[in-house]
Amino acid sequence: MKKNEKVLLRGSEAIGEAALRAGCRCYFGYPITPQNELPEYMARRMAELPGTVFLQSESELAGINMVYGASATGTRVMTSSSSPGVSLMQEGISYLAACEFPSVIVNIVRGGPGLGNIAPAQSDYFQATRGGGHGDYRCIVLAPAYLQEAVDLTYRAFDLADEYRIPVILIGDGMMGQMMEPVVLPEFRKDLPAKEWAITGAGKGPSRFVRSLLLDVHVEEAHNWKLYRKYQRIERREPQSESYATEDADMVVVAYGTAARIAKGAVRRLRDKGMKVGLFRPITLWPFPSKAVARLAESVGKFLVFEMSMGQMVEDVKLALNGKAEVELYGRPGGVVVTPVELSRILSRRYNAMQHEA
Amino acid sequence: MKGMKKVIGRPKYLKEVPNHYCPGCGHSIIHRLLAEVIEELDIRDRAICIPPCGCAVLAYYYIDVDMVEAAHGRGTAVATGMKRCLPDRVVFTYQGDGDLAAIGTAELIHSANRGESITTIFVNNGVYGMTGGQMAPTTMVGQKTTTTPKGRNSVTDGPPLKMCEFLSPLDGTAFLARTSVHSPKHIQKTKKAIRQAFQTQMNDEGFSMVEILSQCPSNWKLSSVDSCRWIEEGMIPQFPLGVVKQRQTEPS
Amino acid sequence: MIHKAIIAGFGGQGILMMGVTLANAAMREDKQVTYLPTYGAEVRGGTANCTVSVGDEEIASPIASNPDYLVVMNAPSLHKFQSILRKGGHCLVNTSLVHEKSIRQDVKVYEIAASEMAEELGDLRAANMIVLGSFLKISSMVKPETVLEIVDETFRRKSPEVMERNKEALWAGYRFFE
Repeated sequence: MKKNEKVLLRGSEAIGEAALRAGCRCYFGYPITPQNELPEYMARRMAELPGTVFLQSESELAGINMVYGASATGTRVMTSSSSPGVSLMQEGISYLAACEFPSVIVNIVRGGPGLGNIAPAQSDYFQATRGGGHGDYRCIVLAPAYLQEAVDLTYRAFDLADEYRIPVILIGDGMMGQMMEPVVLPEFRKDLPAKEWAITGAGKGPSRFVRSLLLDVHVEEAHNWKLYRKYQRIERREPQSESYATEDADMVVVAYGTAARIAKGAVRRLRDKGMKVGLFRPITLWPFPSKAVARLAESVGKFLVFEMSMGQMVEDVKLALNGKAEVELYGRPGGVVVTPVELSRILSRRYNAMQHEA
Repeated sequence: MKGMKKVIGRPKYLKEVPNHYCPGCGHSIIHRLLAEVIEELDIRDRAICIPPCGCAVLAYYYIDVDMVEAAHGRGTAVATGMKRCLPDRVVFTYQGDGDLAAIGTAELIHSANRGESITTIFVNNGVYGMTGGQMAPTTMVGQKTTTTPKGRNSVTDGPPLKMCEFLSPLDGTAFLARTSVHSPKHIQKTKKAIRQAFQTQMNDEGFSMVEILSQCPSNWKLSSVDSCRWIEEGMIPQFPLGVVKQRQTEPS
Repeated sequence: MIHKAIIAGFGGQGILMMGVTLANAAMREDKQVTYLPTYGAEVRGGTANCTVSVGDEEIASPIASNPDYLVVMNAPSLHKFQSILRKGGHCLVNTSLVHEKSIRQDVKVYEIAASEMAEELGDLRAANMIVLGSFLKISSMVKPETVLEIVDETFRRKSPEVMERNKEALWAGYRFFE
């Protein structure tokens, strides 16, 4: 493959290849549709790359704990799953957060609750952005909408995980995992910085330990303060979003991932008809780009949250706007992917009603 | 003292701190044995211990090697992740009966079946120690615990699990032994088994486990002496001691 | 402008390969393109279909709920998809396996007995390439030369023979509607 050459890749393969190029050396995971192409790709590809470990675990529970073990040694490691499997991983993610072990977890979200179905959905927003497991912690959550972005964010996820020593969740859906789009792949990372905290055997030095059991209440409190300050730092530095056609917009649609793709198509249609509608697309779901959306509220009176879940991200939009603008939800339960045409009809009705009221 | 030879002392890699274990508890003996074996095999620099959830969770205060605490039951999965990244280290889990034979059974079986080159130190005292004396998967039939006030009923609770025998048919297991720490003779045998288990790992022969019958006077509601007698008379008939499996490997 | 095509048939007919080849050619021509196959439990029943979207602007949805083109390689695919084809859209039918007519009066239907043609060429498996060739002629989505390039790259190393046969099939299908 030539440098900067476009290649047509399936979403799951694009994510896998980007991870390997980011220096990911271990993959642990358990098959679940619709993300099986990712472990299959890793199994194939890692067999060609010396010094890498691919292991199909006996469960998601075991898989995430293998991630924990590998991460403890300072190795770049990832796992992937889909909603029910990610639920099983929550215990391990809580421990990863507590012990500050960097890791990358891909969630190709499917419909739920329960076994649900394998169609695209965004119903794991709360689980991803609110920590997900027990305890007071957060994971960085990245939500690509295009495959090139999935590649770039996967690559970046490993750096973020190491920089902040935190689990990073890359969230997508079956459509993104299965579809193909041209992408340009980044170079293989070389010379990753050593991790002085890694547990690799004491050598000649003093022995060390990493734990999350902190029986002394003051020690536990101090640890949680430390985590909290780290989360604040991330909230200051790392929010990412895209604004599209928002400069003169009267109404802004807020959507992420697949929903944002659809919304952009719908917004383009409305713009063609002269309606002043824009799109705000959070790329990081946590930290939520609150400041950026709040800035829009200086000129935009109405925000319409379009999500493939029944009112999850809308809470973050409301928190960010804090009453500065009207917020309405257009939620669709996962499974049926609305078309841009259908969405543009809905948006235009809301837009016209708003103009009428004004 | 003049004319006297020092024949025993604190092992080099057992930290000089008082431990938190109850009087008569087997954990402190097992810690000591581990420290001795680590010293004798000269592997302190490359040994990594995965302590459990349970009374021995604080093992990192006592044994002077690198440690990563695991979630309840997940020790062998964590060990798998570590060992796959660091194949030249000596990685061992330290697990109790609830950790290993109840909540972590799946992880154990699959790690063993894959023949992960790790060692598991399985402390079997037939009761949940840290949570206050509830039934363990290895509790004896008829044995009273806080959740089996009338004694374990084999019909409703099932009989005790024999983990060494359970793992023995798996191709991935290279060394499985059951020992006890209720008498000096058995303590020496336990040390020998731990040593063999580590050597199995260092020779990359496959999964190794030492199941150690260990006394828990506090939760058994017995004196230290009676606890040792209970192992001899109550537990050993159910959990026979000895090497359960030692895979013969072809000399290379 | 974005054009969407659904290609449908049963597993083993090379349906997904047609889609991927088309998508690769579109990428080669620097067009915006997405390819979306059906996945999961749906494909276990032996049916296969994929959607290819090609255009000169960013593609919002890779799904086609109202496609411009429909390529049907077997009868169940006609039943499944004919109703969603855009009014005035184009329906390309492999009459070797579809013995009924589309119920749609408001679309343009193209018929080709691809399996028979493929047999004449000496390889039944080349039927998909014949249909792909016809599709290129009907749709002008991408240039046939670009598809030939992709076919060349895909098969040259595997088997030059298969490559030549596929190229031949592609042209045969293309010329059929000239």
